[in-house]
Amino acid sequence: MTFSPELEARFARMLRNYPPGRQKGALIPMLLYAQDETGAVTPELVQEVANRLSVKPVEVEEVIGFYSMLRRKPMGKYHVQVCTNISCLLTGGEELFEHACRKLGIGNREVTPDGQFSLEEVECMGACSWAPAVEVNYDFHHKMTPEKFDQLIDSLAKRQ
Amino acid sequence: MPDVTLTINGQAVTAAPGTLIIEAARRHGIEIPAFCYYEGYSLQAACRMCLVEIEKNPKLQPGCTMPVAEGMVVLTESPKVVETRKAMLEFLLSNHPLDCPVCDKGGECELQDMSFRYGAGESRFTELKVHGEEQQWSPVVYYDPARCILCYRCVRVCDEGLGVTALGTQNRGVISEIIPNAGDHLVCDECGMCIDICPVGALTSGTYRYKSRPWEMNHVGTICAHCSDGCKTTLAVRDGEILRGNNRDRSGINGEFLCIKGRYAFDFVRHPERLQSPLLRVNGELQPVSWSEALSAAAAKFNEVKARGGRFGVIGATRTTNEENYFLQKFARQGLGTANIDHRRSGDVVTLLDALSGRANALATVEDLYTAKAALVIGSDLAQQHPLFAFQLRANWRHHQLTAYVVTPGPVREDLYAARAIRSEAGKELEAAASLRDDLAKSQDLVILFGDAIKGDAVRRLVEFGDSLGIPVKYLCLVDYANSRGAMDMGLLPDLGPGYQPTQTRGLNWREMLADPALDVLWVVGEDPLEETALASANAFVVVQDLFLTETAKRADVVFPSASAYEKTGTVTNSAGQVQRLKQAAKVMGVKPDLDIMGLLAKEMGLNLGIWIPDKVFEEIRRTVRGYNVALPVIATGGAAQTGAADGRIPVTVPPELIRSAGDTLFTSGTLGRYSGMLRSVMEAPGTLYKP
Ligand code: SF4
Ligand code: SF4
Ligand code: SF4
Ligand code: FES
Repeated sequence: MTFSPELEARFARMLRNYPPGRQKGALIPMLLYAQDETGAVTPELVQEVANRLSVKPVEVEEVIGFYSMLRRKPMGKYHVQVCTNISCLLTGGEELFEHACRKLGIGNREVTPDGQFSLEEVECMGACSWAPAVEVNYDFHHKMTPEKFDQLIDSLAKRQ
Repeated sequence: MPDVTLTINGQAVTAAPGTLIIEAARRHGIEIPAFCYYEGYSLQAACRMCLVEIEKNPKLQPGCTMPVAEGMVVLTESPKVVETRKAMLEFLLSNHPLDCPVCDKGGECELQDMSFRYGAGESRFTELKVHGEEQQWSPVVYYDPARCILCYRCVRVCDEGLGVTALGTQNRGVISEIIPNAGDHLVCDECGMCIDICPVGALTSGTYRYKSRPWEMNHVGTICAHCSDGCKTTLAVRDGEILRGNNRDRSGINGEFLCIKGRYAFDFVRHPERLQSPLLRVNGELQPVSWSEALSAAAAKFNEVKARGGRFGVIGATRTTNEENYFLQKFARQGLGTANIDHRRSGDVVTLLDALSGRANALATVEDLYTAKAALVIGSDLAQQHPLFAFQLRANWRHHQLTAYVVTPGPVREDLYAARAIRSEAGKELEAAASLRDDLAKSQDLVILFGDAIKGDAVRRLVEFGDSLGIPVKYLCLVDYANSRGAMDMGLLPDLGPGYQPTQTRGLNWREMLADPALDVLWVVGEDPLEETALASANAFVVVQDLFLTETAKRADVVFPSASAYEKTGTVTNSAGQVQRLKQAAKVMGVKPDLDIMGLLAKEMGLNLGIWIPDKVFEEIRRTVRGYNVALPVIATGGAAQTGAADGRIPVTVPPELIRSAGDTLFTSGTLGRYSGMLRSVMEAPGTLYKP
């Protein structure tokens, strides 16, 4: 598998971060950044990462199964993540998630037919002070309300 | 560091610093329950069954990861501990199906035992149980996720124990489950270690599942019929039929280890093609006849040929017992008056014993593989050909940082941890090994294992090389089958009698017998020489003792159906020269042990070769065969006793080219392997092996 030169450079840097013989520590970030480029963790990617880090593919599978941020299917261009963990739940996260489902017309871990949006109910993102929180790709949106959510989605939709 | 003293349940206990509480307790007869903890494997602390109360410690601590400390006061069954264990069980059972009445593990299940002990029979959970469908991962391994308690014993035994890493964990929380390495199936050693180590019935075997209950069977500890490593396998028998093999009691030189052959390849016993009646050639056709008819036909011919000074050829086997091999050579030499006796040799033990003659402590045992500081493997893919030895070395590396060196033609599993792995062409192994001299000489001691690549003069040069290192070196000459070593020791050789005593005359070796146009009688016990070589003598009268109608048996005039290793008693000797005892497990109608067949044949011929009861013959072996004066109580109680070294030179006349390993792999076992449904059904078979 080939990646962009930037990503290759990033991998090379990451591998240097770990002491010799402990390169398998790079497993999670490698999968995460590769996924950003390939859209999802494909079987080829599993094999590739296993080869690069000298681990068995089944060990890569274990990590993918454990971390929900690693996905086997591509998500939308904008991956909308709504937290429903305690702080967000207390401040309306659950209603917000239901609202998001209606607004986007999709359910948890689903993608809109045009491939623009996907939705995911996530656990704590560490943004409790600004609950309820929503994350779109790597960007945080704080103190979310249904109205602000609609505006956010509409502005993203215009950006396409 | 001095031992620490602590109190467990009021009992004063001493233990080395660093000992885990669970181990210290165990050694003093106090059992702390554990699901995930398994001695010899990495710590997991996943199940919390082992929680114990430690004085001045506000929270319960896992006994499986907490080391002992001076003055510690531990309670393993206090009311608080018992209450917690009950709660842990309630958790574990929250998604566990209550199908003990149909589960294979019922009756020997650790979860069942604990539920009984702590009385956690009721649950406050009202949620629907998460259920996963049962999956078949291979002909050997089945997984029932609903029963899995996620202790990861299976994952660790496969990864750490075997170096295969075929199992992993998928997802987390209640939907977490074990996954195989090839998506929906396994590509692995198919050893079944994961199945047996599973504390519950989540992993079951294709051989045994839904067949029986543990208390309905008798458990017979005997020795594996396949390779020469000599694993003890405990066969579970019901109505004379073997239903499963394992070694959970860790008796024997192998502890719990067994490869697919020792654990599952006993099914040849009930193969439909098993011979169950003697056959006699009548009008050109082999026909079933009575034992007396077959015996008198063979005896008459033997006597007739003997009387006229005709030529006999006798070929013995590498799976028959020491008693049988000893009796066979006695029969040939004394009864028939022939020196033409041989078997298929697979390793040059003879030259090694000669080269080491007069030295004590130069022959490695299986235990040595676990304790040696360094090991050098020459010309053998151990994981394929000697699974137990591979396992031992790996365990040594895991537990005591063994320094391993490998000199092989291709990649082998030991490469994963070897300090150096050298690829060498056939014939160049010694030079390659010599390049390791400086590294090897640094070690405190060394074990050298070598296959058929090193034979004849090369063995002597290897021993010279070992001597030149200036450290204690032990050797292990690898041979093929369960009693390949014993066949040599018992004198199934044309030039050497039992205990490698030179014989007066040198007889024909097996190649020469087959090529001799004047051969009058060919008597083959448990071998199939005609499979690859034709018999030159068209008129030879051929007598065969075997389990199956082999190529040789098809050409025979008389065929006696013989009992397999699992149907008889006697002793066998493994590659390392360790003598162990077979116990009869199965019963098969119509067959007789080879010893009985030979005894009856001798009687029919009017020969007096002595009594043919295995124990009596073994007594004679102990008295007369060099090195076999082993401690009887050790063997009688199921232990392994290593034969003594030869104390005197052995004249070696074998042409080295006669020494050739059959090259079996993990999924083959010579002729016998062809009759094992399990060995034939696994996808990896034959000959391919999952390598790193
Ligand atoms: S059968 Fe043996 S090799 Fe295969 S998964 Fe189980 S432990 Fe691993
Ligand atoms: S399958 Fe058995 S050994 Fe493996 S994790 Fe589950 S319960 Fe433990
Ligand atoms: S390693 Fe050899 S002796 Fe042990 S179980 Fe396997 S075939 Fe049998
Ligand atoms: S045995 Fe200690 S946590 Fe499982």
